[in-house]
Amino acid sequence: MEPASSRAKKLRLQIAEAESELRELRLQLSQVEQRQEEAPPDQPSQSSPVTSVPPDIEPPWAWPLKQQEYERYARQLILPNVSVDGQLRLKSAAVLVVGAGGLGCPAAAYLAGAGVGVLGLVDGDIVEVSNLHRQIAHSHTKIGMNKVDSLAEYCMDLNPHTTCVQHATHLTPENAADIVSKYDVVLDCTDHPTSRYLISDACVLLQKPLVSASALRTDGQLIVLNNPPAPRGSQGGGPCYRCVFPKPPPPDGVLSCGEGGILGPVVGVMGVLQALEAIKLVAAGPPPHMSLTLDALKSGIIDYVLFCGVRSPVQLLAPDERITATAYNSMIAEKPGFAHVLLDVRDREHYTVASIPGAVNVPFSMFQRTDMGGQDGTRADWLPESLPPDAPIYVVCRVGNDSQLVARRLKEMRPGLGHRFIGDIQGGMKAWKHEVDKAIPFI
Amino acid sequence: MAAETEAASPEVANLPIVVEFSGGLEMLFSDQRRHALSIPVTTSEGKPATVASLIDYLCRNTMKDTRKELFVLDDHLRPGILVLINDADWELEGEEAYEIQSGDNILFVSTLHGG
Repeated sequence: MEPASSRAKKLRLQIAEAESELRELRLQLSQVEQRQEEAPPDQPSQSSPVTSVPPDIEPPWAWPLKQQEYERYARQLILPNVSVDGQLRLKSAAVLVVGAGGLGCPAAAYLAGAGVGVLGLVDGDIVEVSNLHRQIAHSHTKIGMNKVDSLAEYCMDLNPHTTCVQHATHLTPENAADIVSKYDVVLDCTDHPTSRYLISDACVLLQKPLVSASALRTDGQLIVLNNPPAPRGSQGGGPCYRCVFPKPPPPDGVLSCGEGGILGPVVGVMGVLQALEAIKLVAAGPPPHMSLTLDALKSGIIDYVLFCGVRSPVQLLAPDERITATAYNSMIAEKPGFAHVLLDVRDREHYTVASIPGAVNVPFSMFQRTDMGGQDGTRADWLPESLPPDAPIYVVCRVGNDSQLVARRLKEMRPGLGHRFIGDIQGGMKAWKHEVDKAIPFI
Repeated sequence: MAAETEAASPEVANLPIVVEFSGGLEMLFSDQRRHALSIPVTTSEGKPATVASLIDYLCRNTMKDTRKELFVLDDHLRPGILVLINDADWELEGEEAYEIQSGDNILFVSTLHGG
């Protein structure tokens, strides 16, 4: 019988071979699936294993995302901050994760999960057993493997729609520009000031926003840098790592996780937060571009009204629910003692300045209350008991907006008001002064 | 009476403040993150207490570690330590020249690099 150690060695070798084969098969599968999905929409996908309907019967898929993607991202794309637009931006985005360790693993996993189109991974290290308590994408069977390959495998297994690009090297001043330039957003998941300054410099030069995080022991720090990115020297960009930390810390003061220690969930949370910031950045799209200069101001292209928004007049009531000030006045003149209610819904201060004779003041705010009365078939207390059930109600306000809102609200609580005409005086007191009584103060 | 007044006066001329350390700096201050301190209103030179004099005070009185160079380098705060005065970056408040007020919260955060 062969010694246990050599038997174990043989088994380990066999396992490694089988795993390598498995990885190769998975890669082939994902490539095949990718190609299928990229087929033009008028050649329906045949990848669905459930249906065996001939391709020519299935109608073409005419939506911006693939059917599978709607299912996969349903829970996040119903968020107003994401929506289909944000999902499409994520899909067309290329995000670079520098460092495939305690920060990079959770960050890359959540970015892949969220549907980032291209995920670049940079790390020159191999998986070690001391990584595994926090670097959650690696596993015991992957010890000795390149970290980027291990992480890429995890991400593609999680989401085959994401393409992972492995850069099995450390970022160096020589390769940084080549690598960083291919991506839209960069995550600094490294563990040393040298790489932090290098990544920041590359991001400034190439105008890429940078999400930087770090963790040690039970502390974590997160900062979004170079956002919005702007050409070097311009005042418009967000601060970079050098702006925040102009001088590097003395080398003796820098503790690595290996020296200082780290709790898995602490660095995990920081990596997840990096993914969150990156998703927010990508899904939101580019910030609206407007450079504020004196020339821009003089040219009149800055539309302040559009910027602040305007209140448009309320148009809630139909023409037959409204009466002009003139018409109301002649109606009262023709039929003195005509049974009706004229509700003045302006604030008490306005009402006491001047009002139409006979108007009852019930301020607008009263109708916004939940206990305004008259709702459960009970009589509203401003409605005279002696009033016939079919006597109309006219609502008047300052310029004719609030009166429509109140009239609509009254119509909704009809049970308490019986069947009668409910409408407003078009244009309010302003129209009354203009059309009927020029000698009335209007404020 | 005179002796009593003299003994009481340093009490009156003290500023109650809270100093906090994070990012590993607490290691230099008996592993305690939050320190409620009462520091002299004026320095030995008779000037109002500033962040600079607070840093000096912390090194002399609060620090329980010999590695002073992890906190101060060339008589200034070591690079890589952020300071927040009442949750605002100290750059907005005049950095070391900021005159400390009663009740201030001053937070020293050492930059982390692990990942």
